[in-house]
Amino acid sequence: MRFPGLDSGTFRASRGSGAAVAGSGFGSGYQGSSFSELLQVEFPHLAPDFRHASGEALSVPHGTTVLAFKYAEGVIVAGDRLATEGLRVASRDVQKVYATDDHSMIAIAGAAGPAIEMARVMRIELEHYEKIEGLGLELDGKANKLSQMIRANMPAAMQGLVVVPLFAGYDLRRKQGRMWKFDVTGGRYEEAEFEATGSGGLYARESLKKSHHSRASRQEALEMAVQALTDAADEDRGTGGIDMLRGIFPTVLLCSEPGIAQARESELREVYESIMARRARGNGAGARS
Amino acid sequence: MSMPFYVSPEQVMQDKAEYARKGIGRGKSSITLEFADGILLMAENPSSLSKIGEIYDRIAFAGVGKFSEFDQLRKIGVRYADMKGYQYSRDDVRGRALANAYSQAIGDVFTRELKPLEVEVIVAEVGDPGLVGHEESEIYRVAFDGSISDHSGYCVLGGSEEELLGHLQSNYSENSPLGEALRLGHSALGRASDGSAVSPDQLEVCVLEKARIGRKFRRLNTDELRQHLGG
Repeated sequence: MRFPGLDSGTFRASRGSGAAVAGSGFGSGYQGSSFSELLQVEFPHLAPDFRHASGEALSVPHGTTVLAFKYAEGVIVAGDRLATEGLRVASRDVQKVYATDDHSMIAIAGAAGPAIEMARVMRIELEHYEKIEGLGLELDGKANKLSQMIRANMPAAMQGLVVVPLFAGYDLRRKQGRMWKFDVTGGRYEEAEFEATGSGGLYARESLKKSHHSRASRQEALEMAVQALTDAADEDRGTGGIDMLRGIFPTVLLCSEPGIAQARESELREVYESIMARRARGNGAGARS
Repeated sequence: MSMPFYVSPEQVMQDKAEYARKGIGRGKSSITLEFADGILLMAENPSSLSKIGEIYDRIAFAGVGKFSEFDQLRKIGVRYADMKGYQYSRDDVRGRALANAYSQAIGDVFTRELKPLEVEVIVAEVGDPGLVGHEESEIYRVAFDGSISDHSGYCVLGGSEEELLGHLQSNYSENSPLGEALRLGHSALGRASDGSAVSPDQLEVCVLEKARIGRKFRRLNTDELRQHLGG
């Protein structure tokens, strides 16, 4: 066991004397502030590694439609709850949208296992940095870190286990909501208004293109989000709609200056019912076709 | 050819202990107190380099002595806790295990290395009434030679330990509100620094609050301190 120290020569405990302690992470040699690097450097056997897995051969659960857009108070992120394995339903209530800290959120699309793991590591990463350094990262720094994590997943992506999240948050310095999309190579693109990704992302984007305006109130934002997810579920078999029978609603997180709030089920139910009622009257798009 | 002098192990240990005590004694003191809503950690610290830090959801750290050494220990603790929480669950990260790991590591340096660590640290874990098996608060103190002790109510680190302990012993009461605990800690720290009151901007104060959800650690700013201390 190496005890990281003042002077590598003098501040050391012998290897092996504290195997149990060393194994639990005490006295690691890594000196930086990043949790994902700590995992890779000190605990490679615990770091997520999907390089040798093949998505097609394994038939792992996939998502999804997730979307993010700006509204008057900040930024909203929403995602459906369905995970599929090929043509089968793997899970009806999987969570795809996560708060990564008080002012940032991640929405995952792609192979569910690696994606959920990435969201989890990202969350620990931000908290870890804040505790080690005594100060949190800027929103730009967080997005940049995520892009490196996606790049590190490249070998697995080449095997079909693609993870392409959306990242959004409230920038306390610029006083505005911001969002980024990513590609498989870790490419990072900031979006000005809205973005959606996943198998139904195209349809959600088409829906948002018509409804979105960035001065929208919280209520209007919820309507736009539910409408876009409903449209995506309507066209894409990999996206789950709102399931009134089982009471399964999308995850919707709203991030503004005071922090992150999750939309309540009752709110979403109300919004959904009003959209359905409008469409049933023939005022909405494609209800009676 | 000169022969190395024989020095008895007893003498070596004594010398090391004295060296460490001297180093620690030069620094300012730090107090940890249980109060009604959690645990209060206070240190006289005019600089912006922290002596108190967050380790995990319910665990905080306080150190006295040589800054570079206890800050290194704090970082190791954060790595240890985050790693453990990642491997198992957030509720599996416990103060006692961390305090034991500190004790091993600090004790190892004390016996093996020429220069002992000039630090003393506290690991405080706040109880969560809603979490079965984790209801009680725990305070552990690890000294420069790795010796570990657990404390209930209050604990003191640093130079004028005896005097501060005496003051706390005669004035501490369980389940006092935050303001009262702060004033007690403030008056105790004042005794350590030549009896003159410590101004609130010279204090570093953090709390682990039972009522907070998730991460229970919070740093109190000077304005908040002034409100409580009325100065």
